[in-house]
Amino acid sequence: MSELNKVPVAAELLAQGKSFDVLFWVGCAGSFDERVKSVTRSFVKILNHLNISYAVLGTEESCTGDPAKRAGNEFLFQMQAMSNIQVLNGYGVKRIVTTCPHCFNTLKNEYPSLGGNYELVHHSTFLQELIDTGKLKMKESGSFKGQKITYHDSCYLGRANGIYEAPRKVLEVLDADLVEMKRCKTKGLCCGAGGGQMFKEPEKGAKDINVERTEEAISTGATVIAAACPFCMTMLTDGVKNKEKESTIKVYDLAELIAQNEGL
Amino acid sequence: MHIVPQLIFAVLLAVAGYFIFRSISRIRFNILLGKSYEPSSSIPARWVNMTLTALGQRKMFKKPLPAILHLFVYLGFLIVNAEMLEIALDGLLGTHRLFAAPLGSFYTFIINVFEFFAVAVIIACALFLVRRNIVHLKRFTGKEMTKWPTLDANLILIMEIVLMIAFLTMNANDQLLQGQNEHYKATGSFAFSSLLMPLFSGLSASSLLILERSAWWIHIIGVMFFANYVFYNSKHLHIFFAFLNTYYARLIPQGEIDNMASVTKEVQLMLGITPTDNTPTDPAAPMRFGAKDVQDLTWKNLMDAYSCTECGRCTEQCPANITGKLLSPRKIMMDTRDRLEEVGNNIRQHGADHQDNKSLFDYISDEEILACTTCNACVEACPVQISPVEIIVQMRRYRVMEESKAPGSWNAMFSNIENNQAPWKFSPADRFNWADKL
Repeated sequence: MSELNKVPVAAELLAQGKSFDVLFWVGCAGSFDERVKSVTRSFVKILNHLNISYAVLGTEESCTGDPAKRAGNEFLFQMQAMSNIQVLNGYGVKRIVTTCPHCFNTLKNEYPSLGGNYELVHHSTFLQELIDTGKLKMKESGSFKGQKITYHDSCYLGRANGIYEAPRKVLEVLDADLVEMKRCKTKGLCCGAGGGQMFKEPEKGAKDINVERTEEAISTGATVIAAACPFCMTMLTDGVKNKEKESTIKVYDLAELIAQNEGL
Repeated sequence: MHIVPQLIFAVLLAVAGYFIFRSISRIRFNILLGKSYEPSSSIPARWVNMTLTALGQRKMFKKPLPAILHLFVYLGFLIVNAEMLEIALDGLLGTHRLFAAPLGSFYTFIINVFEFFAVAVIIACALFLVRRNIVHLKRFTGKEMTKWPTLDANLILIMEIVLMIAFLTMNANDQLLQGQNEHYKATGSFAFSSLLMPLFSGLSASSLLILERSAWWIHIIGVMFFANYVFYNSKHLHIFFAFLNTYYARLIPQGEIDNMASVTKEVQLMLGITPTDNTPTDPAAPMRFGAKDVQDLTWKNLMDAYSCTECGRCTEQCPANITGKLLSPRKIMMDTRDRLEEVGNNIRQHGADHQDNKSLFDYISDEEILACTTCNACVEACPVQISPVEIIVQMRRYRVMEESKAPGSWNAMFSNIENNQAPWKFSPADRFNWADKL
């Protein structure tokens, strides 16, 4: 099991003269948020379990600048972006996988014109590829078999980048009962965290967006709400608490569901 | 005396044309007040997008029933207007149904097709009126839907119905006059207007002639008036701008927000990187980060504002609006257009340097722009690919970068990123601690 617990760091690999295929960009939420750290660990366990050649930047990683950019601080965003690009290019990174759609979107779409050109893969697509190539197989008696699961589309994965099917394909492996919310895919309702909202109180209104979305998820009768974004994870978890349903409804990330299903 | 109607017609046509030209010039002038914008996609890709989205109404079909009704109005507009060619030539030359003789039975067929669409337009517009005024569909309400936008929508629908009724009335009376008046040559039977013939069949030949001529003039003057109305300042401009706007649309992932080139050079110099853009910056040129007013937006943002037909599909999908916040993406577009009209008029009347001590912020409040989650639901919903999000982000940039005016918690987030490389106040040294508990 010791191999499963090791996380290769780019600087150390370089010192040992080793290379890696894909860089796992952990993201700030994945590094610091108690709940989301579990997603990071689950994804790393899957990578280790399947002997994927990867590395993380460790303490060399830094915020992509996404929240600053969307809040209007372009200066801070570009400072972050260019420093990150120097680090990434320094390691000769070609391919990046990330568990955060916001990091994914920024690295994929907004870094190229600043000199950072990488092939970006969100972990939902990464997991789907592992399923398609047969590396990740469906368990006959997985822990989610027959459970009602509803998937919440992340805006920065779905509308922002057109990724709707990969996360759903990943969930199919669980042999669960997948139910859709009325507002899904291109019409998916935001969790309320994007565009810098995660870092401020919502403007005044009749209701919080995450509560509106959680109510919709609960109305499907699902016992698991599947997320593919750390911000959605936080917002929906708070929403479930607000509705006092935390004992019956769980919010899990795709990586956690797969890791649990694989017994990792 | 025969020449008099022809002269009146020619004068009307010229006057209508002149005022439309003036309106188009005004709108063009206003749009070009915006900053430069370069659509990054290839020309073939843009043609494909325009064909699918504007001509093919791809996004309209997210709501199938309104899409079909709208399609009839749209096709009706295109097809019935083909008849305008004959009407215009008849009007100028003093002829009557100029194409009837050369086209023969094909003419009868074409007019029947026109009549089918005329009836379809009447039905669809009537249903649209019901939807707005009796059913009170939610997306047609909202605080930006004040008196004028509401009236504008109803006037357009009523005018379309009147035009089509005039067209059918003209045809009905024409058929009755055939055989009674030598001027009216046989055209064959028209399927829809012939149903109206019993209404007029008891009338004398002279009454029929007056009715037919009145309907003809109402139809043609109505069309000229409608065209002027649309271009003067109506939401209905979308019939024209849908094509331009989709042609110039950004065909990149919706999540991408442009990187400000003016910032890139400064940041590169600060980080000791050789700037990629070596064109010297003109120190005299006034530079402003973000958008305080409409001239700070791109001309594409301004064209977006003119393309909006206020259907409210954006606002209907907006998570902030759904949960009772002040933000309505439709209002962002309507305000941008109203402010642009105001700024354009000021410049034309008082010169380019005129200041009215107002800005876009007098129309759009901070509370509105701060409520946006940049989720792109509005952009996705818009049938003509308008982006309210771009305007919101530009206004946020102005507040943050020019005025350092952001909510306190955002300022805290900025300083955390600057000092701790994360939006939260954690030590960067702890960033890899998650691996300890594997």
